[in-house]
Amino acid sequence: MERPLTQHLKPDGSALTLAEYRDLGGYTAWKTALDGMAPDEVVTRVKDANLRGRGGAGFPTGVKWSLVPRGEGAPHPKYMVANADEMEPGAFKDRLLLERHPHQLLEGLMLAAYAIEADVAYVFLRGEYVDAARRLRSAIGEAYAAGLLGEHILGSDYSLQLHLHISAGRYICGEETALINALEGKRATPRAKPPFPQISGAWGQPTVVNNVETLCNVPHIIRHGSDWHQGLGLGEESGTKLFGVSGRVCRPGAWELPMGTPIREILEGCAGGMREGYQLKGFLPGGGSTDFLLPEHLDLPMTYESIGKAGSRMGTGTLIVLDDRTCPVGMVLNLERFFAQESCGWCTPCRDGLPWTRQLLEAIESGQGRHEDLDTLAEHCRFMGPGKTFCALAPGAMEPLQSALKHFRSDFERHIEEHSCPYRSSLS
Amino acid sequence: MAEIFARDRGWSNNYLSPAERESIEREAQAYPQRDALCIEALRIVQQHRGWVSDDSVAAIADYLGLGAAQVDAVATFYNLIFRQPVGRQVIYLCNSVTCWMLGCDALRARIKAELGIDFGQTSADGEYTLLPITCLGDCDHAPALMIGDRHHHDLDPDSLIALLQPPASGQDKE
Ligand SMILES: Cc1cc2nc3c(=O)[nH]c(=O)nc-3n(C[C@H](O)[C@H](O)[C@H](O)COP(=O)(O)O)c2cc1C
Ligand code: SF4
Ligand code: FES
Repeated sequence: MERPLTQHLKPDGSALTLAEYRDLGGYTAWKTALDGMAPDEVVTRVKDANLRGRGGAGFPTGVKWSLVPRGEGAPHPKYMVANADEMEPGAFKDRLLLERHPHQLLEGLMLAAYAIEADVAYVFLRGEYVDAARRLRSAIGEAYAAGLLGEHILGSDYSLQLHLHISAGRYICGEETALINALEGKRATPRAKPPFPQISGAWGQPTVVNNVETLCNVPHIIRHGSDWHQGLGLGEESGTKLFGVSGRVCRPGAWELPMGTPIREILEGCAGGMREGYQLKGFLPGGGSTDFLLPEHLDLPMTYESIGKAGSRMGTGTLIVLDDRTCPVGMVLNLERFFAQESCGWCTPCRDGLPWTRQLLEAIESGQGRHEDLDTLAEHCRFMGPGKTFCALAPGAMEPLQSALKHFRSDFERHIEEHSCPYRSSLS
Repeated sequence: MAEIFARDRGWSNNYLSPAERESIEREAQAYPQRDALCIEALRIVQQHRGWVSDDSVAAIADYLGLGAAQVDAVATFYNLIFRQPVGRQVIYLCNSVTCWMLGCDALRARIKAELGIDFGQTSADGEYTLLPITCLGDCDHAPALMIGDRHHHDLDPDSLIALLQPPASGQDKE
């Protein structure tokens, strides 16, 4: 089984240095592109590989790049940004790639920049990833010193500057237009689309934002080709994916597996199944803003398509496991507290609606709920559904809530009828 | 002028120190416009002063040619910029979903019992401030927290308290 993104991670947890990365063929894709590939060819190869964004939405990467005006007469400067904000609750996959394999990300970011003919690239990193910051800084320094960045790179006529931006923290900074505002030094409220960032992004110039894991795939696609990348997936969808599991499982962690790996293999094979004394009650397949799935879904393959059909989203691919001794109402309350706190406050349904859902859940969880509260919660799920708010934060916040109301309704009802949390007494 | 006056009176917080300016200028080449330096400036000033006071906001605004309200709007938006004084060390306790399931409330209770502080409070000796933080990306080693710059994993109330012992000399080399 091929694991191009993680096979060379060092067991001691340190980062691959430039010399080590080069020994493994690192930066040959960069050289290949600069030596003889037109930017369009890079775009086409990534398009043909059918690489889809790993940031949550699964948008085809090559298509995204192809929307940037290129060639003669295109506006400059253009910007290429790696989204390393990773603040989704339960997500910890990009951290692995950032801390252990910084040059792989840099090479992917540089190739993406070349593909869209960008002049400047940024890594937008969340402030709490202190180790990643240190390692990226050193990797960027190494890359400049080796002439892989800067003016007329490797004798070509392409020049690229690459900078590290360390965020001052807010979940909304991960949303790509909010990220652009943060990069500009402003409050990170999202922007209206259109215009899309590919046309008018940072400082009004064409800008592309891609997830860290997405970009880490690019050097391998350039080196080994589109067909090779397609072949890595188990079914329709191509490539590998970093999957993670957290919660009461035997071996929480993250693993690179073929796209389309069955959930059971991730949860039982890699994570070792549930800890002794605990049963699987449900799980969020792709981080805190995805709908709950149930044990009956364990044999589904992890693809955008199949998880979508089951009523959820693959999101970040990091599973959060709900066990039978954890209160589902408490879990959803925890998530809605997070979303209410992190709402940027720009649009009314989210700014007012999320604190309202939080309060309703607080009432229910503490035994003060009423039956009609469940209807009000369901109403909020509609009011904050897709298309009703300025950005995707609020619809994402509704996903665990609406699915919990459906799958764990009796747990909500017991809280209301018994005027207390039925799980609290069973806590040891 | 205002700066010369302030310096003359010893109001050192009303202008940025040479070291602060130097750090800000080092970041300047990464951005096409100076107003983009607002977040960098806030972070740098906080590194030097521990937190961002009203005077610091005014000093940054003055230095970057922005309005003080504009700088304050940015400063109050971001989680990691402090507009109030904090202790010498900040404890960032993750209270997101996986850490919640695996016992962050017990950690919070133990900190309260040992140090007498809850979220948003600073210990009487000025050593620690406790703040909640969103998922630290350590969910495979939950519950987790940060003290200053360092992540700590797989905690229980006892191992947490062991971390809070006064650091022996020579530690914290990172
Ligand atoms: C509230 C919110 C937070 C987000 N956080 C992140 C994040 O931390 N990292 C990320 O890559 N994408 C995040 N996204 C998705 C980005 O908006 C964007 O779709 C993504 O970075 C595009 O990269 P991709 O096409 O490579 O997937 C977030 C979206 C929303 C609505
Ligand atoms: S949905 Fe929420 S986070 Fe998104 S713009 Fe509206 S208020 Fe801000
Ligand atoms: S939930 Fe605490 S580190 Fe992710």
